[in-house]
Amino acid sequence: MHGTSVIKRKIPLTAVARVAIFPPLLLLIIWTRFCFAEDTFTEQSLHSLVAQLSSASFAKKLTLVDEIEEVAGEASLPILEAFLAGQLYYLKQEQDKVFQAVKIEQDNYQILDIYTTAQVEYIDKQAFRARYKKVRINNRLRKKIKLSLSRISLSSGSEASKMQALNALMDGVDESSASLVESLYVKERSKPVKKLMSVVLAVHQLKQATRGATFNQQTDDQTEKQKITQALDLLDGRLEVSVKVALINFKAHLEDLTADDANYNHDLINPLLSKTNAIIHSIEEEINFFLFVEKLFFGLSLGSVLLLAAIGLAITFGVMGIINMAHGEMIMLGAYTTYVVQLLMPNLINYSLFVAVPAAFLVAALVGIVIQRTVIRYLYGRPLETLLATFGISLILRQAVRTLFSPLNRQVDQPSWMSGALELNPVLSLTYNRLYILAFSLLVFIALVFVIKKTSLGLNVRAVSQNRDMAKAMGVKTEWVDALTFGLGSGVAGVAGVALSQLTNVGPNLGQAYIIDSFMVVVFGGVGNLMGTLVASFSLGAANKFMEPITGTVLANILVLVFIILFIQKRPRGLFPQKGRAAE
Amino acid sequence: MSFIEQTREFWRRDKTWFSSGQTRPYVDVSHQVILYIEGLSVSFDGFKALNELNLYINDGELRCLIGANGAGKTTLMDVITGKTPCDQGSVYFGQDINLLEHSEPKIAQLGIGRKFQKPTVFAAHTVFENLELSLNTHKGIWFTLVAKLSTAESDRIDEVLRTIGLEQQRNMLAGALSHGQKQWLEIGMLLAAEPRILLIDEPVAGMTAQETERTAELLTSLAGKHTVVVVEHDMEFVRSIARTVTVLHQGAVLAEGSMDSIQNNPDVIEVYLGEEP
Amino acid sequence: MSTLKSLFIASLAAGRLTGNGIQYVTIILLVTVFICSACNLLIPESSAFHVSTYTITLLGKYLCFALLALSVDVIWGYCGVLSLGHGTFFALGGYGIGMYLMRQIGDRGVYGNPDLPDFMVFLNWDTLPWYWYGMDQFWIAIVVAVAVPGLLAFVFGWLAFRSRVTGVYFSIMTQALTYALMLAFFRNEMGFGGNNGLTDFKELLGFDIQSNATRVALFLSTALLLIAALYLSRYIMKSRFGRIIVSIRDGESRTRFLGYMTNHYKVWLFVYSAALAAIAGILYVPQVGIINPGEFSPINSIEVVVWVAVGGRGTLYGAVIGALLVNYAKTKFTALMPDGWLFALGALFVGVTVFLPDGIAGYLENSARALQAKADLDNTSEDSLSKDGTSKDNNPKDKPTEEVTP
Repeated sequence: MHGTSVIKRKIPLTAVARVAIFPPLLLLIIWTRFCFAEDTFTEQSLHSLVAQLSSASFAKKLTLVDEIEEVAGEASLPILEAFLAGQLYYLKQEQDKVFQAVKIEQDNYQILDIYTTAQVEYIDKQAFRARYKKVRINNRLRKKIKLSLSRISLSSGSEASKMQALNALMDGVDESSASLVESLYVKERSKPVKKLMSVVLAVHQLKQATRGATFNQQTDDQTEKQKITQALDLLDGRLEVSVKVALINFKAHLEDLTADDANYNHDLINPLLSKTNAIIHSIEEEINFFLFVEKLFFGLSLGSVLLLAAIGLAITFGVMGIINMAHGEMIMLGAYTTYVVQLLMPNLINYSLFVAVPAAFLVAALVGIVIQRTVIRYLYGRPLETLLATFGISLILRQAVRTLFSPLNRQVDQPSWMSGALELNPVLSLTYNRLYILAFSLLVFIALVFVIKKTSLGLNVRAVSQNRDMAKAMGVKTEWVDALTFGLGSGVAGVAGVALSQLTNVGPNLGQAYIIDSFMVVVFGGVGNLMGTLVASFSLGAANKFMEPITGTVLANILVLVFIILFIQKRPRGLFPQKGRAAE
Repeated sequence: MSFIEQTREFWRRDKTWFSSGQTRPYVDVSHQVILYIEGLSVSFDGFKALNELNLYINDGELRCLIGANGAGKTTLMDVITGKTPCDQGSVYFGQDINLLEHSEPKIAQLGIGRKFQKPTVFAAHTVFENLELSLNTHKGIWFTLVAKLSTAESDRIDEVLRTIGLEQQRNMLAGALSHGQKQWLEIGMLLAAEPRILLIDEPVAGMTAQETERTAELLTSLAGKHTVVVVEHDMEFVRSIARTVTVLHQGAVLAEGSMDSIQNNPDVIEVYLGEEP
Repeated sequence: MSTLKSLFIASLAAGRLTGNGIQYVTIILLVTVFICSACNLLIPESSAFHVSTYTITLLGKYLCFALLALSVDVIWGYCGVLSLGHGTFFALGGYGIGMYLMRQIGDRGVYGNPDLPDFMVFLNWDTLPWYWYGMDQFWIAIVVAVAVPGLLAFVFGWLAFRSRVTGVYFSIMTQALTYALMLAFFRNEMGFGGNNGLTDFKELLGFDIQSNATRVALFLSTALLLIAALYLSRYIMKSRFGRIIVSIRDGESRTRFLGYMTNHYKVWLFVYSAALAAIAGILYVPQVGIINPGEFSPINSIEVVVWVAVGGRGTLYGAVIGALLVNYAKTKFTALMPDGWLFALGALFVGVTVFLPDGIAGYLENSARALQAKADLDNTSEDSLSKDGTSKDNNPKDKPTEEVTP
């Protein structure tokens, strides 16, 4: 596959993340700034050019943009970007003072210095309207700026930014940008960039042919045909949307020709048409494949969330037979622990999760042990009462969180290493947070299986779950084993909460969203079987995500529930039942 | 029986409204054999609980099943009463009723009663009510909603109460009975149902010597009118009641015959009796 | 409180009314209901004895909840099947009557469309969905509102009981059921008004739904239906059918070996229970004036269970007492300290299950029996053995107490 070689990171969302992930870029920017600061003449001329923007005519602005680009080079990027986004404003009083204005929330504007991006002032709508006026822009100007922007990033800048610029360019490639790319092609050293450049040119070629070529009997332009064939070869297997659009347009054009013009050139058009068709077909197949992979990934991701949520339950419900309706609240406590940990170490968000995981485990495990010692202990052998009592506890915990923190959702920050996406190709990109959580869920699962199968606690747990009285007679302290097992299950739920805080909103009702699903997973997988829980969560997650495009989220949810209800008919003990007479 | 069949049964033309008295199908015992078990195999997870078992029970006989733990005695009862499905083989009640086709309630309605190892009586009901529920009457929903106890049925319950010696406790909650009394009540519940076959699993476990003796008396008196199959570990008890004894070993019949012949059978001595000190 | 308790116990013991709590509750209910209605209709608003329509509606709501609690008690208390999805049947019944009330609005809606309810006009629908046909007729609507939940209960119960899904599994499945339906009813495409549900009702059977008289009539009919349901349920539970249900609770496999098709018994009891819940829903919606998917939310269903637990399961009238008490407490609590209610409810869940497993009714009956046993012990010391055995027996839910005395 061609696409997989092009591995790069998308620009992250938050400013913090940008700084952390792109130290080289930042350094570059600082470095260029530094260079230009040396050359005061350049800086001054830039200032004077920008100052002219406010009063210049559109025609004048066109040349000004060129000049700005020429004078400032890469330093002009933020200015031009702001201009393109319509964020350049000037003071009504002093027309040569130009600023960048960013709208914050509904009615407030943040005014930034365009050179330093330092905040100048923060004002409301009315004051803003009264004092500032927009630097006007039209479509020609926009096009010009776009070209300038891509020229700047294509000629200088890192490989990643070049690739990005090329991708942005591809859709609207025209004569001027094509010649720009062509001119830069010779100088370019990086192979992937060169490859992408040739793709851009091929797309341009195709677009031109779509617009101009007639391929009738009179013209027998073999070179044209050869060029197009070459371009088609280049485009084979590319997954970019613009490539596909260009191909489809070209195909439509050829078909139009064969329909309209009776005396079209068969020898010329037919091979081209069949080639185009074949390429489109193969591209679509590949896109479909990657869409399938993406769906699978989403399914696995949902599965990992389900696994995390259910695995603690698989211990308390599956192994101990205790129905813990407060299980969801253990997850919630874990998420809130993450929030508190981040509050305590605001400058070390990147490391916060490493603290939060053990902290959440301890908090949830402690709460779990307290619940077990104070309530559940007295309800052994009365599963329905246990269910009700733990539900009461879940209400109390939820309300406690509401009172302590707030009924509103809390903001849990994402460490920079978790943001962004692994972009495998233009169709398929896997977000890091989901990837990490997938890996994390498996890690937790393996750790738990290890604890149950290999440690003495696990041995005791299994003994108690199989025959409580016998275990007691053998000297196992069943009371303690119960408390510890419950603590373990709750602690794992807390850990799950840390992971979930990275995916969803952290609020008092966080746990409620998962409790029913978790129970379904455990029941589906077979009570008392960790492996069953693993298989069940991933298969349910995948099933959900594959149904979603057809049925919609809600209906997919419902169908999965209905499926499980029916499944229980066939196999009341789940996928992997405990076997033999002992199970009865 | 599906709901429709049940309604149909309920509306049957030849029946008076809400008539009690379940009409049982005719059981063909023209060959003197009431229970045919042939080639029966059941396995749990590869463990063969029953292995090609063949057993014939004659109408009206008292048969004792003995065997070590895991010999398949309880599993055999489970299969006969429809609790456990079997892998292969056949179980016929009389000449032509295939028990494997029927569910547990249906088999009970056909006239096969069962007593469990652990006494199970309905703790929240009185002794009288326990017996009332066991009577051989209609067991459909609509009937039970309006059922009234007829004089004949009431007499029948009194008779059973006398037989099992719980007349004093008739209005006591069954949950308050002693262990032995519960065992008796459960046997009484079987009697009230007037079954053709009684399958009795360890009836004297936890009984005093005196109670055991009375149980032995009762069971021997039942034989003839009913067919009785008893599973028991207590060899003394078996000796006191048994006419024919069948020894099960590893899911198959090891030996069959009178108590004396069994005791002298070298195979039995080796695998079962030999183990006893 | 303690004097009240001892008074109650004494009266129970003196009148040998143990097990006749239903009569007590019925009398108290009837008296209260008629007094309240009379005070609302006959006494002028200025008087101190006037009962406001708001109070009447509130009481009516409580009575609906009591009926809902009764339906849960029938299946949980007597058959040991804990349904955490009875809100489903309640809400479906409510939607049934809601559809009728919606059709009665006619062209008086905001859009003034005589053929379509407002929300359908809003969604640009041009025809009425097929399942709305016939809902303009009161009796059809009532039959549908009871039959649909009944059918759902039949299908679900049949599937669940046939494959012997019991205990906690069943509870979780019912919870999943109500959760799934909640999700479904939130969808606009379902044709039940989506998020907002059905509301803005105008009249019921031609009577203005806001008027005092209608409110009082609804209140009275709720009370009467509740009493009817109490007596019907008592009849069922006292019949042989009821005793079989209790047998199923205490030993399903034994009951099966006695020849009873336990699945059928459970299914039909479940259907009966669902129908009661649906009737509660039918009575509830005209009084509160709205039905929305929130009624399906699992927490509502589980709250009903706690009413029953507080009142005492397996006693029928206990469920009524529990529902009335807890809901009264809820109203008072949420008015005084809104944040505290969930704490209190949570504590109630824990407290009742741990400290008062038989609920209020069970506690009172146990006390009454103990008192009576003591009195009997004083009279005759010979027969004390069996008496002690009876009272020590761990919580027999259905007490055939009348026959105990020799």
